[in-house]
Amino acid sequence: MMPSIPLTNVIVAGVGGQGILTAAEVLARVALEAGLEVKKSEVKGLSQRGGSVVSFVRFGPRVYSPVIEKGTAQLLVAFERAEALRWVHFLKPEDNAVVLNDLTVVPLPATLGLDTYPQDVEETLRQVAGRLLVVNAPAVANRLGNPLVANTVVLGAASTLLPFPEDLWQRVLTDLFRRKYLEVNLQAFAEGRRLAHTSS
Amino acid sequence: MARRLLSGNEALAYGAWAAGLKVAAAYPGTPSTEVLETLARFPEVRAEWSTNEKVAYEVAYGAALGGVRSLVAMKHVGLNVAADPFFSSAYAGVNAGFVVIVADDPGMHSSQNEQDSRRHAKAARVPVLEPSDPAEAYLFVQRAFEISERFDLPVMVRMTTRVSHGKGVVEPGKRREVPPREYRKDMQKYVMVPANARVRHRILEEEKLPALRRFSDTLDLHRLEPGDPEKLAFVTSGVAYHYVREVFPDHAVLKLGLSWPLPERLLEEFFGTYPRVMVVEEGDPVIEEELKALGYSVEGKNRLPRYGELDPSVLRARILGSELPHPEPRKAVSRPPALCPGCPYTGVFWSLSLLKKPVMGDIGCYTLGALPPFQAMDTTIDMGASIPMAFGMEKAGRQAVAVIGDSTFFHSGVAGLIDLVYNGGHSTVIILENDTTGMTGHQGHPGTGKTLQNGGRRVDIEQLVRAIGVEHVQVVDPHDLKATKRAISEAIRHEGPSVVIARRPCVLIPEGRELYQEEPVRWIDPEACVGARCHSCLRVGCPAISVDKETGKPYIVDFLCVGCGVCEQTCPYDAIHPVD
Ligand SMILES: Cc1ncc(C[n+]2csc(CCOP(=O)(O)OP(=O)(O)O)c2C)c(N)n1
Repeated sequence: MMPSIPLTNVIVAGVGGQGILTAAEVLARVALEAGLEVKKSEVKGLSQRGGSVVSFVRFGPRVYSPVIEKGTAQLLVAFERAEALRWVHFLKPEDNAVVLNDLTVVPLPATLGLDTYPQDVEETLRQVAGRLLVVNAPAVANRLGNPLVANTVVLGAASTLLPFPEDLWQRVLTDLFRRKYLEVNLQAFAEGRRLAHTSS
Repeated sequence: MARRLLSGNEALAYGAWAAGLKVAAAYPGTPSTEVLETLARFPEVRAEWSTNEKVAYEVAYGAALGGVRSLVAMKHVGLNVAADPFFSSAYAGVNAGFVVIVADDPGMHSSQNEQDSRRHAKAARVPVLEPSDPAEAYLFVQRAFEISERFDLPVMVRMTTRVSHGKGVVEPGKRREVPPREYRKDMQKYVMVPANARVRHRILEEEKLPALRRFSDTLDLHRLEPGDPEKLAFVTSGVAYHYVREVFPDHAVLKLGLSWPLPERLLEEFFGTYPRVMVVEEGDPVIEEELKALGYSVEGKNRLPRYGELDPSVLRARILGSELPHPEPRKAVSRPPALCPGCPYTGVFWSLSLLKKPVMGDIGCYTLGALPPFQAMDTTIDMGASIPMAFGMEKAGRQAVAVIGDSTFFHSGVAGLIDLVYNGGHSTVIILENDTTGMTGHQGHPGTGKTLQNGGRRVDIEQLVRAIGVEHVQVVDPHDLKATKRAISEAIRHEGPSVVIARRPCVLIPEGRELYQEEPVRWIDPEACVGARCHSCLRVGCPAISVDKETGKPYIVDFLCVGCGVCEQTCPYDAIHPVD
């Protein structure tokens, strides 16, 4: 079995339609299969129409609250730049990591000039994050021929920062994805891991 | 037994199924919808979407009287719609077990208010179970059926968003078949004419509730977790229990499984040991007020917020006056939900934003028509309110337009339209026929003919509207901007009640997606586009259109564009074209 894994808080954030809930589901299942207690909390409904979406995943020997408290997340996986900023204050001050998907999605209020899209997101994240991993998942996904697997690329990169073996991730992906999309998702996952290992 | 990761709503479905459930009905509503969606997968259960919560309640209640275990599920505001049968069924009682699942939405993640359903339950004298996570949801719903049968009462299981949508580890077991109960005609019990209802109310108050109170004291769903008597102790229920445990790991806690009626002896014991007690509950001070009525002095909503959602940070800040160290918050960008690229509603709201009449709105995806750039909605109060409120505006001397979705029209719009015709109104009603219940995740409704399991017959909106007696009825494609605007203007000018049916399928359902399969995405020719002094295309509110910061010229984000071509119709400079 796995060495004992302490209580871990992961935030998965992005824009409705990016596959955030699926990515968080894979992570939660991996923790479940590792024999841990898991809780996951997300808000569905209105958030899906292109709005901000977030999922909290917590695992460890014992988990009470399904929501993560400010200042306690060890890992933030952001599928979009501004969405990363939205959750920085939830990070644990030291000892944390951020995985950022290299993507900007400008929301309607910014397009209409009613709000401004934040500048220098990477710079801000670098100040806050113990470790920052920026992955160009859309490019990888396009290269693999399916833009929809970008979320699995990001997840692959994030998986290198979590205490579970690669074959467990693969097993859960195999369980979760329909046959038709499995191969490309496994490739996307592997590419994500490779990107993480090659970037410093 | 296999460990599974289930949401609270899924766990409720598995638990009810295991308890021998046979009939389930609901009207969708976040955060309750997945209960029925999960139940639909079990062949032993007859699960269906009803036209509204009152109907769902009565279908399931009828089945319970008929002798089989049944449930109804709804969001908190749905219980307002079903309140009529809810109150009287508590007098009449049940036959086989009958469970009412109500999901509250503290914090209003996707609701128009954050009322606390326990208040309804207490007012109707219906016992309330409050699970705190999926594992408890699985267990509690099974106990709810037992309590319902034992006390001959409907039983409420009160969920909240975090319990309904949060996932946790559950070990679901096998189904236990429960033989159907005999149905016996019993008019004194089930015919609520005053003479019978007086007797039933007395039985409820004098027999059932005292017995239920004694029972609450013996119930193994309450849990007393001892702690240091010098420290503040907590009485709590639902997900709030976990927040208390998170922030106060070694304080005493009395976790109530049945939050009404309260276990009075257990409370005596708890207050005897722990003199300083605070109540932490999600929603209104329901438990707190009960405790105060019993003569206990407790803290609670004097320290904790009376609105919004609790979480560990809130408890830490309000009770300890502290917070964990954390990086400073940064400004992100406002990202409200928006109508999808290709949404059929764009043409309707584009027209309404130009026509500038008061728009009495309703509830659904189309409520997003209230946001910029349209801002084409003056009111949103409750489902079905649009038509009667437009009629009211008319009586106040202002001509208004009602906008209502197709599922909402069946839910509670039809009666309003009949009223408008009957009372000689002249208002205009726009019915958005997108062939689905969009907001809650694409459920069928009578206009689609698709039911939750199988079978079903379609109810045609146009025929229905004509049968009601509306003479001026027009059907338009809302993606034809000119035709839509013209149809709405004509309807407004028409003497007498008028209906415009804006018919085009939702872009997220297969029928809608298919329309654009072959369509190329659009692009804006920067040579032809004049930029900031026009921006006409921005008025269709499409999230796929962005603006270049340097030039001020709009461009189309290709991975968001579906190729619906609505923006093309708005461009006076012919700058928008299909990509070839
Ligand atoms: C009484 C009540 N029940 C349920 C809901 C949840 N709810 C909000 S919008 C909606 C459905 C709207 O469907 P439709 O009218 O077809 O509009 P669409 O979302 O497709 O635009 C539902 C079920 C609610 N707000 N109030």
